[in-house]
Amino acid sequence: MIPQLDIFILTLVIVCAIAAVSVKDLLGCAILFGAYSFMMCLLWAIMGSVDVAFTEASVGAGVSTVFFVAAVFRTTRRTKD
Amino acid sequence: MKRIGLLIVCLSGALLLYATQDFPRWGNPESPASTHVSPHYILKTMEETDVPNAVTSILADYRGYDTMFETTVIFAAGMSCFILLRVFKRKDEDRYYRHISTGITLRVKGEKAIPDRSNEFERIDTMWTPYDLIIKTVSRFLVPFIQIFALYVLAHGHESPGGGFQGGVIFGASFIVLAIAFDLRTALRRFKETINGLLSALGVFIYAGIGALCLLLGGNFLDYKGLAVIFPFDQAEARAYGILGVEIGVFIAVMAVMVSIYVTIASEGRHDEGL
Repeated sequence: MIPQLDIFILTLVIVCAIAAVSVKDLLGCAILFGAYSFMMCLLWAIMGSVDVAFTEASVGAGVSTVFFVAAVFRTTRRTKD
Repeated sequence: MKRIGLLIVCLSGALLLYATQDFPRWGNPESPASTHVSPHYILKTMEETDVPNAVTSILADYRGYDTMFETTVIFAAGMSCFILLRVFKRKDEDRYYRHISTGITLRVKGEKAIPDRSNEFERIDTMWTPYDLIIKTVSRFLVPFIQIFALYVLAHGHESPGGGFQGGVIFGASFIVLAIAFDLRTALRRFKETINGLLSALGVFIYAGIGALCLLLGGNFLDYKGLAVIFPFDQAEARAYGILGVEIGVFIAVMAVMVSIYVTIASEGRHDEGL
């Protein structure tokens, strides 16, 4: 585990999380969630739990992003609040 | 109201951060988790289950109940999506068709429709009408490789990271790629809704069925040692094959549920047009 890389990815995780809840565009929010999941996947991989990282990459960054995009496609793209 | 929400979030976040100070340090060999049951799993997994990847043997054998109910949760998620969103009444919208050789778009009003199997016309969506030869060709080439990789992940879960969940998600994603690159009807023609529903129930059934088979053969529920009675394996091998069996069940259930959730969300439950 390289501490600098760890801190860099953790910072990106927090940035992605804050951006995902504050952005007005819901499609962008879905993409940010995907980026967040991918950063989490990298964190799991760094910590040595490759199975969890694999699940996070396929479920979190892959399929759930597609589900969000499909839901945005069927509702509105901008938030009301 | 927003301020109060932010305050609550910050407060609970601070509490959680404060609580993490009591955690053992990462990778600490003295921590309770590493001294209690982990040594047994790490030392005995090869001897007892014949599976090199300890994560797989813990997930599907030592902690088989957890995984069974995780699969049931996935199945329940698919079913609730179906119950909440699926509608069977066709909306009387105009349909759009593209004449294949000339590219002219036709609009057919009301109830009338051109048969789906027509060689001259192809149905296109009303909201989103992609027509990109490169994307279609590339995804058509890619889908078999994605599916083979998914099967590899399933079959190789004993030796390397992977297993039923990941493989099922990847296999389901191949149908989603098909639905995005072509259209929803192309994906649904290859993976019909009835088969989809049957498969998602079959996956859970395979898992619970293997557990019940062990029970019938005289062992405990999900104790794969019992399978050694009817198959020509020793007990460790029987556990390895039992793990493979339940992983196949998880694979089938997850794959079918992922496709069904995607199709139901993307078409607002009509299974007709969508992303």
